[in-house]
Amino acid sequence: MSKTKKFAGTSGQIRRKRIETSGAVIIGVLLLLWLGVNFIKAPTQFAQVTVLGLRNGLLYALIALGYTLVYGIIELINFAHGDLFMLGALFSSYFITVWFKQKTSNLAGWMVFLLCLIAAMLFCGTINVLIERFAYRRLRRAPKLAPLITAVGVSFLLQFVGIKWNGSTPHQWPTVIPHGESVIFGVIISHVTIILILVAAPLLLLLSFIVNKTKRGKAMRATAQDQDAARLMGINVNKTISFTFAIGGALAGAAGLLYEQSIGTTSYNLGFQLGLIAFTSAVLGGIGNLNGAVLGALLIGIVQGLNDGLPFALGQKWSQTVVFTILILILVLRPAGLLGKVTTEKV
Amino acid sequence: MMALVTAQRKWITGYLIAVVLIFITYQFLFTWDGLPSGIYDFLRLWLPPSAVNESLVYVICALGLNIVVGYAGLLDLGYVAFWAIGGYCAGWFMSEFFYQVNVHFFGSAKAAAPGIHINFWGVLLIGGLMCALFGILIGGPTLRLKSDYLAIVTLGFGEIIPQIFFNGDNIAGFNLSNGTKGITILDPIPTGVKNIGPFDFGLKFIIFVFLAVLMVFISLRLRKGRLGRAWLAIREDELAASMMGVPLMRTKLAAYAVGAFAGGLGGVAFATHVDGVYAERFNFSISIFLLAMVVLGGMGNVWGVILGALILSWVNSTGLPAFGQTFNDKFGTQVNFPSFTFLLFGLVLIFMMLFKREGLVPESRLRLILHEGDPEEDSTSKKKKRKER
Repeated sequence: MSKTKKFAGTSGQIRRKRIETSGAVIIGVLLLLWLGVNFIKAPTQFAQVTVLGLRNGLLYALIALGYTLVYGIIELINFAHGDLFMLGALFSSYFITVWFKQKTSNLAGWMVFLLCLIAAMLFCGTINVLIERFAYRRLRRAPKLAPLITAVGVSFLLQFVGIKWNGSTPHQWPTVIPHGESVIFGVIISHVTIILILVAAPLLLLLSFIVNKTKRGKAMRATAQDQDAARLMGINVNKTISFTFAIGGALAGAAGLLYEQSIGTTSYNLGFQLGLIAFTSAVLGGIGNLNGAVLGALLIGIVQGLNDGLPFALGQKWSQTVVFTILILILVLRPAGLLGKVTTEKV
Repeated sequence: MMALVTAQRKWITGYLIAVVLIFITYQFLFTWDGLPSGIYDFLRLWLPPSAVNESLVYVICALGLNIVVGYAGLLDLGYVAFWAIGGYCAGWFMSEFFYQVNVHFFGSAKAAAPGIHINFWGVLLIGGLMCALFGILIGGPTLRLKSDYLAIVTLGFGEIIPQIFFNGDNIAGFNLSNGTKGITILDPIPTGVKNIGPFDFGLKFIIFVFLAVLMVFISLRLRKGRLGRAWLAIREDELAASMMGVPLMRTKLAAYAVGAFAGGLGGVAFATHVDGVYAERFNFSISIFLLAMVVLGGMGNVWGVILGALILSWVNSTGLPAFGQTFNDKFGTQVNFPSFTFLLFGLVLIFMMLFKREGLVPESRLRLILHEGDPEEDSTSKKKKRKER
């Protein structure tokens, strides 16, 4: 074994690997330098923005999972997913404030909040399944350009619903989450953050359980690997794909509720920006990889938080640019993402 | 000259007649006092000259996008970046924006005016080449990616570049783009005889038509040549093309550069059309509008893309608001019709992809590829249904 020289790849592959590693090292060193300078300059602020970033990161994780689930199973970038999240946010704001008229944080408000969590998840899951049934299913065997363009079209359609529902200007809503905050080691942690973690973490665990431990999850993984083989093994592929869309949509609905309740503002083009950030997270972690999506989302959330809040940083107005630069760098240097497996594309 | 195919000749004659009619209408009829006011009002409402010129800008850009999406089969969702770069080239080189310097190069401004004043035709070239350069810079590292990743990267660039211009009033103390205020008042277009200002719609129309014709010419000639055939080969089967000796990267980069060049032309033209550059205009929906135009008209077919661009940009800028105004006046309603653009463009994309993937004016080769994966029984069942009818 040790005597034979291992085949390291063609010369092109070796060169590419070198570019990848050297790029990663340079970026890593620069990143550490930036973090170090900021940490020495303002340690409490550093911890503060990290917590804020983690909170946003959790939201991104819920959305990013929808992208990654769908991409994992049918290799489609579901552009409409961000807008689905936007619809989820709109639905929850109407559910809590308009239909159930809860405006303050009390027991009734919390009950409605929980009820709304289930309702929003059902709502977004159903919409996502319908989109898959009527738009994407017919195009499953078409050239890749076709479903991608269709997804862009669906995204516009959902934004239209958003405009009609929310109006073309941002809308402020009262929230039922308590607005206090506790101080731990000099770092202010708002209760919103704690509730966000309390809702999002079980959802992520539940998802992991479904995918890894149940029969349905096994069917999902099999379909993702090879649709035709899965069909031969007696798996109902259409149903499995629908189920995947339902889960992705449900997570987007939960994210919508949490976003609406923690930020308190909705607008029709909310989904576009957040959707892109979430997609970036999914790519960063390795698209198709569930753990990767969560990791990527938390990282993106932290980087964004640090960029927005640190003394030596570009500031909030460059937030999007920073995120997209990360996206482009990742895609150029390591398209498989942090946790993704490097696969050579066959055709 | 090559012998034109009859179908092509038909399209050319059709568009030529339309151009002559529109030019006569705006250049002579609009200034003629004897024009009945009914006709004048009708045209003002349903076909204002500014909308016609704007739609021509869309035609130029859609033709560029058609080279990337239709010919080479690469999905570009950030085309607005090139539009923005072209626009800012016009802003930088044709106005008093850089008041610190005083550079004149056959410009149409007074010699004493501060700022950089380069001749419009020169700026067209600069804008186009600048965009082509950016196209290569963007494409170089990213074109190796799979098609759907490529779409996302272009989308990212389409977001970054406008944001740079948006926040560009203070980049390390340097005012690059004047931020949200934008750059206003550009030099008129010199033609040798007369300087064309922002309100000379008729003459500017001719200039825009000339640019569109230039793009049509470039598209058709390239399509016939070696490069065009290589693009089609890549679009149809990348692996087979590379086996046949088509250099993938170089060919794709060429498509990107030519497409971006057109974006630059369109950007410069649009800047002179609105007489300024405003950062908030360059948003994602423009990229999607252009994509919808290419998809509606028929990917890869120049004549179809022109038709798609004309239809959709007219509907967007004039058709919907004018229809809404007439409808609301007549029935006393308060429906906000322009807000239906999202619905319209979304539905165009979805339905075209679901039912008529090759567009209104299909290109025969593309139709075959796009329906390659369709299940066999589907087409036969359709035939059966037709027979039953």
